[in-house]
Amino acid sequence: MDEYGIRELVNEVHCGRLSRRQFVRIMVGFGLTAPMAATLLGPSPARAQRRGAFTPTKRGGGGRVKLLWWQAPTGLNAHFATGTKDEDAARPAYEPLCAFDPDGVFIPILAAEVPTVQNGGLARDGKTVTWRLKKNVQWHDGTPFTADDVIFTWEFAADPATAAVTVTAYRDIDRIDRIDDHTVKVVFKEPRAFWYDAFFGVRGYILPKHILGPYKGANSRNAPPKFIGTGPYRVVDFKPGDSVRYELNPNYHIPNRPFFDVVELKGGGDAPSAARAVLQTGEYEFAWNMQVEWDVLKRLEQGGKGTLVQTPTGNIEHIQLNQSDPWTEVDGERGSVKSKHPLFQDAKVRAAFALLIDRATVGEELYGETGKVTGNFVNAPSRFQSKNTRWEFSVDKANRLLDEAGYKRGGDGVRLGKDGKRIKLVYQTSVNSLRQKNQQIVKQACAKAGIDLELKSVTASVFFSSDAANPDTYGHFYADLQMYNTTMTSPDPQFFMNQFVSTEAAQRANKWAGRNPTRFRNEEYDRLWSSSDKEFDPAKRAAMFIRMNDIVVENVVVIPEIWRNRTSAVAKGLRDVELSGWDSTLAQLAYWNREA
Amino acid sequence: MPRYVVRRLLIAVPALLGISVVLFSVLALAPGDPFSELATNANVPPEVAQHLRATLGLDDPLPVRYVRWLAAMARGDWGYSFQSRVHVDELILQRLPTSLFVIGSAYAVALAVALPVGILSALRPYSIFDQVATTLAFIGFSLPTFFTGLLLILVFSIRLDWLPFIYRADLDATGVRWVFEQARQSIMPIAVLGLFQGAVLTRFVRASVLDVVRLDYVNTARAKGLSERRVVAKHVVRNALIPVITVIALQVPTIFTGAVVTEQIFRVPGIGSLLIAAILASDTPVVLAITFVYAVLVVVFNLVADILYGWLDPRITYA
Repeated sequence: MDEYGIRELVNEVHCGRLSRRQFVRIMVGFGLTAPMAATLLGPSPARAQRRGAFTPTKRGGGGRVKLLWWQAPTGLNAHFATGTKDEDAARPAYEPLCAFDPDGVFIPILAAEVPTVQNGGLARDGKTVTWRLKKNVQWHDGTPFTADDVIFTWEFAADPATAAVTVTAYRDIDRIDRIDDHTVKVVFKEPRAFWYDAFFGVRGYILPKHILGPYKGANSRNAPPKFIGTGPYRVVDFKPGDSVRYELNPNYHIPNRPFFDVVELKGGGDAPSAARAVLQTGEYEFAWNMQVEWDVLKRLEQGGKGTLVQTPTGNIEHIQLNQSDPWTEVDGERGSVKSKHPLFQDAKVRAAFALLIDRATVGEELYGETGKVTGNFVNAPSRFQSKNTRWEFSVDKANRLLDEAGYKRGGDGVRLGKDGKRIKLVYQTSVNSLRQKNQQIVKQACAKAGIDLELKSVTASVFFSSDAANPDTYGHFYADLQMYNTTMTSPDPQFFMNQFVSTEAAQRANKWAGRNPTRFRNEEYDRLWSSSDKEFDPAKRAAMFIRMNDIVVENVVVIPEIWRNRTSAVAKGLRDVELSGWDSTLAQLAYWNREA
Repeated sequence: MPRYVVRRLLIAVPALLGISVVLFSVLALAPGDPFSELATNANVPPEVAQHLRATLGLDDPLPVRYVRWLAAMARGDWGYSFQSRVHVDELILQRLPTSLFVIGSAYAVALAVALPVGILSALRPYSIFDQVATTLAFIGFSLPTFFTGLLLILVFSIRLDWLPFIYRADLDATGVRWVFEQARQSIMPIAVLGLFQGAVLTRFVRASVLDVVRLDYVNTARAKGLSERRVVAKHVVRNALIPVITVIALQVPTIFTGAVVTEQIFRVPGIGSLLIAAILASDTPVVLAITFVYAVLVVVFNLVADILYGWLDPRITYA
């Protein structure tokens, strides 16, 4: 049995056609252990009914719903999105072929069915995917949706001159054959285990060929502001940087949906007051991405007008240890891949740092229910989560390790380096009240172990900048430790794990745009990463990612801290708000409704 | 007079060029990146951000970029926003009505409060009315708008639940209902701005009237036996308002830049919130356009104030 067979069975279980027990029995028959088989299914029990209790008999009638994003959308073509705000604002109007549910399972949207080996959609060699598209889907202007639009979307996004942010999903497609009006065959250049990227979720929005046809490549940014999609709502008015207004699409391809007649998405302001507008005053019914300290949120929730909803993602707040020496120039370059960090080249010192991170306090005091404390870098989907890692907070053990490593304390209690000078390390992150408090907690623990940390915080727009001339970016990493949140935007770690591949090491040669700021280099890791996209046995592939996670965690290249949720504020009365951490917040907006 | 205007306009050209060089260099040297959001997303290859930088001309040397920008600006092409790809003039025009309405109304409120209060205070200096008015005016301009704004939200939106604190540019109501909704959502931002401006203007009007009321010709007018009302209206206020009008003319440009803080608190989609969002996103063309237009307006309204002054006060001539 290959990956597609297993995936098919997993889908069967999720649809309720196969029981979990039957599934595990089949897998054990193929030589898997029972717990391994169970993890393939994900954490949730079989959901017989995906769509909540509400079954409408007609479209519309729900009046107006007001949504609040504290970042304002600036564009409605998600292939140019500069953040989730744009992907979200586009989603009511534009749709992919398939969406992701909270477990990363596929939901066909514009596809008539999910391609599987059994229905002939997936080739056994992993080279082609045949999509059967829904018939009778119309664009908002009445033009029928066909295979040409799917082919156009690939041509549009794959063209390097377009500079689409979705290019990685499409550039490995060799060609797309048009079988008939509603069938296309996607041929990859090489077999791909992670094929569910193009036409999926936020990277898969299908574009109308009849509108955008002439605007491809370098000309793409001049497209007229006409937002014609297939989604449940059509754009009536878009004010960039402020708000979008949508109205119900009377020809939507799912019967009796959507429920609301008008959707208003207002952007701008700040997260705490957005939370206030939903939880305390009830001015708005939904607010996105509540990045607010937990005790503040908890207090606002007592306002009683709404509740906080936690959606697990794969995002991870973590601390990185610089593997190179940021303070000495080698060939005129600080943090050169040729150098080694004077302290962190010692495994005992790295292990001591892992013991000095008080994750429990950070989790309880700062993140509350908006995140879970974790020892893993890859936490979701559950089949990729390692069970081999441990974490603990112990200043005593850290002290013992540092003593063993030969770093004696000086007169003022601070340890001395091998050169006899006081050890002073720089720990940087972006400006963000949670992160500054987090830094303080680490600094206090380190002080007890005789290590003096200098805290540095850089404005987010500089820290996350791709500006090669600015030394304060996370890519340059001219510090000993740094902390930030890495987002995992696909329910698959293939791209996510490129952050520790040696060829991605951020350095002058790639203008510090490489994905690997720690400059960690490990042959086993590189080998695993490059072969994982060619591995079609899902169990083996999952084991490879687990091994990669264990390599970076056990070597303390990275100290994972908080596995973050996406927190939303939802007004009481709003129903069937199903949110997936792998897709846009508004992916299932067509099904949202309100209690009568 | 026309020669004076022409001369002033000619002097303005090098001044504006100088301002544009400073603005451009400061923005170009400021750290930040319009594509920082893309950087932490593992699915976006670094080539995309680099390609975008190249197509936007961000990798060219500073003088080249400046000349290119200046040439385009001279042709009336303001460039387009890095973020939304919309032309900057369109973006500004979209925001202008909201800013004009909110800030214009705030000024109307400020004047309606400041003129009578300031005049009455000055006519009866150190009376109880004056003491109270002066105290309130001091409180008014000592409290920053971000504080009074939050205070009003706390009282009227959260405790009393009377007013919304999120401003919506396109209300879906019509007719009387629209007027009502619009009034409800505008009261707080207008009050915050209006009271602050009103407090400042009150102090100014009071000082100006105090200066005039002591002059000999006012005594003469009283000695002639004119009624107090006529003395105040025709001889005191009219002359006292000359400097006040100058001050108001000099503040007109701020209508254009909007009230950054107040617009941010109440999510008013005006030019101020456009400016702050553009600064945070390193959206240089937008920041540059707004600040440069502001500079032009300041220069122009300085000239307007000078001309108005000469027209109101015949003792001043421009040779």
